[in-house]
Amino acid sequence: MAKVLVVTSGKGGVGKTTSTAALGAALAQMGEKVAVIDFDVGLRNLDLVMGAERRVVFDLINVVQGVAKLSQALIRDKRLENLWLLPASQTRDKDALTDEGVGRVIADLRANFDWILCDSPAGIERGATLAMRYADEAIIVTNPEVSSVRDSDRIIGMLDSKTVKAERGERVEKHVLITRYDSARAARGEMLAIDDILEILATPLLGIIPESQDVLRASNVGSPVTLNNAASAPARAYMDAVRRLMGETVSMMVPVERKGLMNRLLRRRAA
Amino acid sequence: MMNLLRLIGGRTASAPVARERLQILLAHERGLRGQPELLGLLRAEILAVVSRHVVLDPEKVVVRMERGKHVSTLEVDIEVPNGFERSLAAAS
Repeated sequence: MAKVLVVTSGKGGVGKTTSTAALGAALAQMGEKVAVIDFDVGLRNLDLVMGAERRVVFDLINVVQGVAKLSQALIRDKRLENLWLLPASQTRDKDALTDEGVGRVIADLRANFDWILCDSPAGIERGATLAMRYADEAIIVTNPEVSSVRDSDRIIGMLDSKTVKAERGERVEKHVLITRYDSARAARGEMLAIDDILEILATPLLGIIPESQDVLRASNVGSPVTLNNAASAPARAYMDAVRRLMGETVSMMVPVERKGLMNRLLRRRAA
Repeated sequence: MMNLLRLIGGRTASAPVARERLQILLAHERGLRGQPELLGLLRAEILAVVSRHVVLDPEKVVVRMERGKHVSTLEVDIEVPNGFERSLAAAS
Protein backbone atom coordinates (compact mmCIF):
# COMPACT_ATOMS: atom_id res chain seq x y z
CA MET A 1 0.00 0.00 0.00
CA ALA A 2 1.49 3.31 -1.09
CA LYS A 3 1.61 6.12 1.42
CA VAL A 4 1.30 9.76 0.47
CA LEU A 5 3.13 12.10 2.81
CA VAL A 6 3.10 15.88 2.70
CA VAL A 7 6.07 17.79 4.10
CA THR A 8 4.65 21.15 5.10
CA SER A 9 5.10 24.04 7.55
CA GLY A 10 3.31 27.25 6.60
CA LYS A 11 6.45 29.25 7.28
CA GLY A 12 9.23 29.43 4.71
CA GLY A 13 12.86 28.59 5.28
CA VAL A 14 12.33 26.05 8.04
CA GLY A 15 13.72 23.10 6.08
CA LYS A 16 10.86 21.51 4.13
CA THR A 17 12.85 20.90 0.96
CA THR A 18 15.98 19.75 2.79
CA SER A 19 13.83 17.41 4.89
CA THR A 20 11.92 16.06 1.87
CA ALA A 21 15.22 15.23 0.14
CA ALA A 22 16.72 13.66 3.27
CA LEU A 23 13.63 11.63 4.19
CA GLY A 24 13.07 10.52 0.60
CA ALA A 25 16.66 9.40 0.26
CA ALA A 26 16.59 7.70 3.68
CA LEU A 27 13.47 5.71 2.73
CA ALA A 28 15.12 4.70 -0.55
CA GLN A 29 18.30 3.74 1.32
CA MET A 30 16.14 1.35 3.34
CA GLY A 31 14.95 -0.29 0.14
CA GLU A 32 11.61 1.47 -0.30
CA LYS A 33 10.54 2.77 -3.69
CA VAL A 34 10.10 6.51 -3.32
CA ALA A 35 8.85 9.43 -5.43
CA VAL A 36 9.39 12.98 -4.21
CA ILE A 37 7.26 15.72 -5.78
CA ASP A 38 8.09 19.41 -5.74
CA PHE A 39 4.88 21.46 -5.39
CA ASP A 40 6.64 24.80 -5.27
CA VAL A 41 5.61 25.89 -8.75
CA GLY A 42 7.63 28.87 -9.95
CA LEU A 43 10.22 28.49 -7.19
CA ARG A 44 11.37 24.92 -7.56
CA ASN A 45 14.36 23.86 -5.48
CA LEU A 46 14.00 20.19 -4.69
CA ASP A 47 15.81 19.41 -7.97
CA LEU A 48 18.73 21.58 -6.86
CA VAL A 49 18.95 20.14 -3.35
CA MET A 50 18.91 16.64 -4.85
CA GLY A 51 21.48 17.45 -7.53
CA ALA A 52 19.14 16.84 -10.46
CA GLU A 53 18.77 20.44 -11.66
CA ARG A 54 20.42 19.78 -15.02
CA ARG A 55 18.29 16.75 -15.78
CA VAL A 56 14.84 18.38 -15.65
CA VAL A 57 12.99 18.04 -18.95
CA PHE A 58 9.30 17.81 -18.06
CA ASP A 59 7.62 18.79 -14.82
CA LEU A 60 4.52 18.33 -12.67
CA ILE A 61 2.50 20.91 -14.64
CA ASN A 62 3.32 19.23 -17.95
CA VAL A 63 2.00 15.97 -16.51
CA VAL A 64 -1.08 17.59 -14.95
CA GLN A 65 -1.92 19.20 -18.30
CA GLY A 66 -1.26 16.03 -20.29
CA VAL A 67 1.70 17.49 -22.22
CA ALA A 68 4.03 14.80 -20.90
CA LYS A 69 3.59 11.33 -19.48
CA LEU A 70 4.41 10.75 -15.84
CA SER A 71 7.18 8.34 -16.86
CA GLN A 72 8.77 11.08 -19.00
CA ALA A 73 8.77 13.62 -16.20
CA LEU A 74 10.08 11.41 -13.40
CA ILE A 75 13.84 11.73 -12.87
CA ARG A 76 15.65 8.74 -11.42
CA ASP A 77 18.28 9.55 -8.80
CA LYS A 78 21.83 8.79 -9.94
CA ARG A 79 22.87 7.34 -6.59
CA LEU A 80 19.75 5.52 -5.46
CA GLU A 81 17.85 3.50 -8.03
CA ASN A 82 14.65 3.44 -5.90
CA LEU A 83 14.43 7.22 -5.68
CA TRP A 84 12.60 9.36 -8.22
CA LEU A 85 11.90 13.07 -8.46
CA LEU A 86 8.96 14.83 -10.06
CA PRO A 87 10.11 18.45 -10.37
CA ALA A 88 7.97 21.58 -10.27
CA SER A 89 7.74 23.98 -13.18
CA GLN A 90 10.00 27.00 -12.94
CA THR A 91 8.23 29.13 -15.53
CA ARG A 92 4.53 28.58 -14.85
CA ASP A 93 2.60 29.69 -11.81
CA LYS A 94 0.67 27.73 -9.26
CA ASP A 95 -2.69 28.41 -10.92
CA ALA A 96 -1.72 25.90 -13.60
CA LEU A 97 -2.20 23.17 -10.98
CA THR A 98 -5.69 21.75 -10.75
CA ASP A 99 -7.19 19.62 -8.00
CA GLU A 100 -8.24 16.88 -10.44
CA GLY A 101 -4.89 16.95 -12.24
CA VAL A 102 -2.94 16.56 -9.00
CA GLY A 103 -5.34 13.82 -7.94
CA ARG A 104 -4.65 11.90 -11.15
CA VAL A 105 -0.86 12.21 -10.79
CA ILE A 106 -1.00 11.06 -7.16
CA ALA A 107 -3.24 8.10 -8.08
CA ASP A 108 -0.79 7.05 -10.84
CA LEU A 109 2.15 7.32 -8.44
CA ARG A 110 0.32 5.29 -5.80
CA ALA A 111 0.19 2.37 -8.22
CA ASN A 112 3.97 2.40 -8.71
CA PHE A 113 5.62 3.54 -5.50
CA ASP A 114 5.74 2.68 -1.79
CA TRP A 115 6.07 6.27 -0.67
CA ILE A 116 5.11 9.56 -2.29
CA LEU A 117 6.56 12.63 -0.57
CA CYS A 118 4.99 15.97 -1.47
CA ASP A 119 7.26 18.95 -0.79
CA SER A 120 4.87 21.80 -0.05
CA PRO A 121 5.60 25.44 -0.82
CA ALA A 122 5.48 27.91 2.06
CA GLY A 123 2.26 29.78 2.73
CA ILE A 124 -1.35 28.64 2.77
CA GLU A 125 -2.24 29.31 -0.86
CA ARG A 126 -3.13 26.95 -3.69
CA GLY A 127 0.29 25.24 -3.98
CA ALA A 128 0.30 24.41 -0.28
CA THR A 129 -3.32 23.26 -0.17
CA LEU A 130 -2.84 21.04 -3.24
CA ALA A 131 0.36 19.54 -1.80
CA MET A 132 -1.58 18.38 1.28
CA ARG A 133 -4.84 17.60 -0.53
CA TYR A 134 -4.33 13.86 -1.08
CA ALA A 135 -2.02 13.14 1.85
CA ASP A 136 -2.41 10.14 4.14
CA GLU A 137 0.14 11.52 6.58
CA ALA A 138 1.74 14.87 7.19
CA ILE A 139 5.13 15.93 8.44
CA ILE A 140 5.01 19.41 9.90
CA VAL A 141 8.50 20.88 9.84
CA THR A 142 8.91 23.27 12.76
CA ASN A 143 11.80 25.38 14.04
CA PRO A 144 11.98 26.07 17.78
CA GLU A 145 10.88 29.64 17.22
CA VAL A 146 7.58 31.44 17.86
CA SER A 147 6.63 32.32 14.27
CA SER A 148 7.31 28.81 13.02
CA VAL A 149 5.24 27.22 15.81
CA ARG A 150 2.35 29.58 15.15
CA ASP A 151 2.36 28.78 11.43
CA SER A 152 2.58 25.06 12.16
CA ASP A 153 -0.54 25.36 14.27
CA ARG A 154 -2.33 27.02 11.37
CA ILE A 155 -1.23 24.27 8.98
CA ILE A 156 -2.41 21.59 11.42
CA GLY A 157 -5.83 23.25 11.33
CA MET A 158 -5.82 23.05 7.53
CA LEU A 159 -4.73 19.40 7.52
CA ASP A 160 -7.76 18.68 9.71
CA SER A 161 -10.19 20.46 7.41
CA LYS A 162 -8.99 20.89 3.81
CA THR A 163 -7.64 17.46 2.90
CA VAL A 164 -9.58 14.74 1.10
CA LYS A 165 -9.20 12.53 4.18
CA ALA A 166 -10.60 15.22 6.47
CA GLU A 167 -13.55 15.79 4.15
CA ARG A 168 -14.31 12.06 4.30
CA GLY A 169 -14.31 12.26 8.08
CA GLU A 170 -10.97 10.46 8.37
CA ARG A 171 -7.81 11.83 9.92
CA VAL A 172 -4.53 12.71 8.28
CA GLU A 173 -1.89 11.26 10.59
CA LYS A 174 0.33 14.15 11.65
CA HIS A 175 3.92 14.26 12.89
CA VAL A 176 6.07 17.17 13.98
CA LEU A 177 9.66 17.23 12.76
CA ILE A 178 11.73 19.76 14.66
CA THR A 179 14.64 21.10 12.65
CA ARG A 180 17.54 23.44 13.44
CA TYR A 181 17.44 22.40 17.07
CA ASP A 182 20.26 23.54 19.31
CA SER A 183 20.15 21.56 22.52
CA ALA A 184 22.69 23.79 24.28
CA ARG A 185 20.60 26.88 23.66
CA ALA A 186 17.43 25.07 24.66
CA ALA A 187 19.10 23.97 27.91
CA ARG A 188 19.99 27.59 28.64
CA GLY A 189 16.36 28.59 28.14
CA GLU A 190 17.14 30.59 25.04
CA MET A 191 15.21 28.35 22.70
CA LEU A 192 11.77 26.77 22.98
CA ALA A 193 12.11 23.28 24.42
CA ILE A 194 10.86 20.21 22.54
CA ASP A 195 8.23 19.48 25.19
CA ASP A 196 6.89 23.03 24.97
CA ILE A 197 6.50 22.79 21.19
CA LEU A 198 4.80 19.41 21.37
CA GLU A 199 2.47 20.53 24.12
CA ILE A 200 1.48 23.64 22.21
CA LEU A 201 0.94 21.81 18.91
CA ALA A 202 -0.57 18.69 20.55
CA THR A 203 0.99 16.56 17.81
CA PRO A 204 3.42 13.64 18.19
CA LEU A 205 7.11 14.03 17.44
CA LEU A 206 8.72 12.30 14.45
CA GLY A 207 12.26 13.47 15.03
CA ILE A 208 14.65 16.18 16.13
CA ILE A 209 17.14 17.38 13.54
CA PRO A 210 20.01 19.27 15.16
CA GLU A 211 21.35 22.50 13.74
CA SER A 212 24.38 21.40 11.75
CA GLN A 213 26.91 22.47 9.14
CA ASP A 214 26.35 19.16 7.41
CA VAL A 215 22.90 20.22 6.20
CA LEU A 216 24.25 23.21 4.28
CA ARG A 217 27.22 21.22 3.07
CA ALA A 218 24.89 18.57 1.63
CA SER A 219 22.69 21.07 -0.20
CA ASN A 220 25.80 22.85 -1.52
CA VAL A 221 26.81 19.71 -3.35
CA GLY A 222 23.28 18.63 -4.29
CA SER A 223 23.12 15.49 -2.22
CA PRO A 224 20.56 14.61 0.50
CA VAL A 225 22.33 14.73 3.88
CA THR A 226 21.61 11.05 4.56
CA LEU A 227 23.64 10.19 1.46
CA ASN A 228 26.26 12.88 1.65
CA ASN A 229 27.37 12.13 5.18
CA ALA A 230 25.42 9.22 6.64
CA ALA A 231 27.37 9.36 9.91
CA SER A 232 26.57 13.02 10.58
CA ALA A 233 24.18 14.00 13.36
CA PRO A 234 21.39 15.29 11.06
CA ALA A 235 21.65 12.22 8.80
CA ARG A 236 21.27 9.90 11.79
CA ALA A 237 18.31 11.95 13.00
CA TYR A 238 16.60 11.70 9.59
CA MET A 239 17.30 7.95 9.49
CA ASP A 240 15.66 7.54 12.91
CA ALA A 241 12.68 9.58 11.74
CA VAL A 242 12.26 7.32 8.73
CA ARG A 243 12.40 4.19 10.90
CA ARG A 244 9.58 5.68 12.97
CA LEU A 245 7.60 6.38 9.80
CA MET A 246 8.02 2.72 8.90
CA GLY A 247 6.56 1.70 12.23
CA GLU A 248 9.69 0.95 14.21
CA THR A 249 10.05 2.16 17.77
CA VAL A 250 13.23 4.18 17.98
CA SER A 251 14.12 6.01 21.19
CA MET A 252 14.06 9.76 20.77
CA MET A 253 17.34 11.53 21.28
CA VAL A 254 19.08 14.51 19.84
CA PRO A 255 22.08 13.24 17.90
CA VAL A 256 25.05 15.42 18.67
CA GLU A 257 27.97 16.45 16.54
CA ARG A 258 31.17 14.58 17.07
CA LYS A 259 33.61 17.43 17.38
CA GLY A 260 37.12 16.07 17.33
CA LEU A 261 39.72 18.51 16.04
CA MET A 262 41.04 16.07 13.45
CA ASN A 263 37.52 15.21 12.44
CA ARG A 264 36.80 18.89 11.87
CA LEU A 265 39.92 19.48 9.83
CA LEU A 266 39.30 16.43 7.70
CA ARG A 267 35.69 17.32 7.11
CA ARG A 268 36.55 20.87 6.17
CA ARG A 269 38.96 19.62 3.57
CA ALA A 270 36.48 17.04 2.35
CA ALA A 271 33.79 19.64 1.81
CA MET B 1 17.55 26.10 38.42
CA MET B 2 16.43 28.84 36.09
CA ASN B 3 17.74 31.46 38.52
CA LEU B 4 21.05 29.69 38.72
CA LEU B 5 21.32 29.63 34.93
CA ARG B 6 20.35 33.24 34.87
CA LEU B 7 23.18 34.07 37.28
CA ILE B 8 25.73 32.16 35.26
CA GLY B 9 24.53 33.35 31.89
CA GLY B 10 23.83 36.90 33.05
CA ARG B 11 20.79 36.81 30.78
CA THR B 12 17.14 36.06 31.25
CA ALA B 13 15.85 32.84 29.72
CA SER B 14 13.49 33.96 26.98
CA ALA B 15 12.02 30.56 26.09
CA PRO B 16 9.39 30.62 28.88
CA VAL B 17 8.20 33.99 27.57
CA ALA B 18 7.96 32.54 24.03
CA ARG B 19 5.99 29.60 25.34
CA GLU B 20 3.52 31.73 27.23
CA ARG B 21 3.00 34.17 24.37
CA LEU B 22 2.36 31.29 21.97
CA GLN B 23 -0.11 29.58 24.28
CA ILE B 24 -2.18 32.73 24.65
CA LEU B 25 -2.03 33.62 20.95
CA LEU B 26 -2.89 30.15 19.69
CA ALA B 27 -5.78 29.72 22.11
CA HIS B 28 -7.20 32.87 20.57
CA GLU B 29 -6.46 31.96 16.94
CA ARG B 30 -7.88 28.46 17.27
CA GLY B 31 -11.06 30.07 18.55
CA LEU B 32 -11.30 32.24 15.49
CA ARG B 33 -10.76 29.36 13.08
CA GLY B 34 -13.86 28.75 11.00
CA GLN B 35 -15.80 31.21 13.09
CA PRO B 36 -16.61 33.88 10.48
CA GLU B 37 -18.62 31.36 8.48
CA LEU B 38 -20.43 30.09 11.55
CA LEU B 39 -21.36 33.54 12.81
CA GLY B 40 -22.48 34.68 9.35
CA LEU B 41 -24.69 31.63 9.05
CA LEU B 42 -26.17 32.06 12.53
CA ARG B 43 -26.84 35.71 11.87
CA ALA B 44 -28.60 35.04 8.56
CA GLU B 45 -30.78 32.29 10.01
CA ILE B 46 -31.69 34.22 13.16
CA LEU B 47 -32.58 37.20 11.01
CA ALA B 48 -34.80 35.05 8.79
CA VAL B 49 -36.68 33.51 11.72
CA VAL B 50 -37.26 36.75 13.59
CA SER B 51 -38.21 38.61 10.39
CA ARG B 52 -41.11 36.26 9.93
CA HIS B 53 -42.78 37.87 12.91
CA VAL B 54 -41.15 41.24 13.39
CA VAL B 55 -40.07 43.99 11.01
CA LEU B 56 -36.31 44.33 11.52
CA ASP B 57 -33.46 46.42 10.29
CA PRO B 58 -30.89 43.76 9.25
CA GLU B 59 -28.10 46.10 10.32
CA LYS B 60 -29.36 45.99 13.89
CA VAL B 61 -28.80 42.26 14.32
CA VAL B 62 -25.47 41.56 15.99
CA VAL B 63 -24.21 38.04 16.66
CA ARG B 64 -21.05 37.77 18.71
CA MET B 65 -19.12 34.88 20.16
CA GLU B 66 -16.83 35.12 23.15
CA ARG B 67 -14.43 32.28 23.78
CA GLY B 68 -13.63 31.62 27.39
CA LYS B 69 -11.22 29.09 28.78
CA HIS B 70 -13.94 26.60 29.71
CA VAL B 71 -17.15 27.86 28.12
CA SER B 72 -17.97 30.15 25.26
CA THR B 73 -20.95 32.46 25.06
CA LEU B 74 -23.04 33.31 22.04
CA GLU B 75 -24.49 36.78 22.26
CA VAL B 76 -27.38 37.76 20.00
CA ASP B 77 -28.30 41.42 20.09
CA ILE B 78 -31.36 42.44 18.07
CA GLU B 79 -32.59 45.97 18.16
CA VAL B 80 -36.34 46.15 17.66
CA PRO B 81 -38.13 49.42 16.87
CA ASN B 82 -41.08 50.42 19.06
CA GLY B 83 -44.44 49.45 17.62
CA PHE B 84 -42.69 46.64 15.85
CA GLU B 85 -45.44 44.08 15.66
CA ARG B 86 -46.07 43.09 12.13
CA SER B 87 -49.78 42.91 12.45
CA LEU B 88 -50.36 39.20 12.63
CA ALA B 89 -53.99 39.97 13.30
CA ALA B 90 -54.21 41.81 10.02
CA ALA B 91 -52.50 38.98 8.23
CA SER B 92 -54.77 36.32 9.63
